[in-house]
Amino acid sequence: MKTRRDVFQAIADPTRRAILLLLATQSMTAGAIAANFNTARPTVSKHLQILTECELLKQEQSGREIHYHINAHKMKELADFLEPFRQMWDDRFNKLEAVMKKYKSKK
Amino acid sequence: MNKKTRVTAEEGKPELFITREFDLPVNLLFKAHVEPELLQEWMGTTVLKFDGKKHGSYEIETKDHKGQVAFRAHGVFHDFVPNQKITRTFEMLGSPIGVQLEFMEFEPLTNDTSKLTIHSVFKSLERRNQLLMYPFEPGINMAHNRLQEVVNKLK
Repeated sequence: MKTRRDVFQAIADPTRRAILLLLATQSMTAGAIAANFNTARPTVSKHLQILTECELLKQEQSGREIHYHINAHKMKELADFLEPFRQMWDDRFNKLEAVMKKYKSKK
Repeated sequence: MNKKTRVTAEEGKPELFITREFDLPVNLLFKAHVEPELLQEWMGTTVLKFDGKKHGSYEIETKDHKGQVAFRAHGVFHDFVPNQKITRTFEMLGSPIGVQLEFMEFEPLTNDTSKLTIHSVFKSLERRNQLLMYPFEPGINMAHNRLQEVVNKLK
């Protein structure tokens, strides 16, 4: 059976994508992350749990606080992160090629 | 020939590279980027202004299927060398991504093939990442539609 939490499911949610963006350059505590959202703290905790379960985030204990940071290895592994963007350009360029071939043969 | 479009976005760098090889001579590849009617055809945008020269500027707009303006973008040409390179700014109006600096290089590979390299530089890493996530929206809708179909069959 497939695991319940797959990476696609994790990044399908706008709040979770916003959390990933927030953590792109720094590690933060759950409280500091929650302060960036209007949603209730438990909701943010749930999102953090999902992101941690699918290994996009890592927890790090520092003193009494737990800091969340991006698991760069997993993000890199997630080539799918770039795939929709790549696909969009690939489609555009395929069209460019088709348009210009037609243009060339018309001349 | 590797015809696949490649996107390289290194971790921690506010820039990205898009490369693609074309089954077209370099002059036609360049033309596709500077003739408004052609640009319109493959980009699906309306060209409002296009002054293709050093210190010239351009303005484009895209409409959604209802005919509403989905987005407008503009920029200026810092450098414009036919069949070789275009250095320009690009900014989607009202978008948090802000202005990008784009270095576009057009290279001949053979008489009939060519290569395009776009090097985009952003103000910050967050802004680059935001752009990379931008096309997720339609993809997600498609996934949701498919999910809906599957669920409907179960009913």
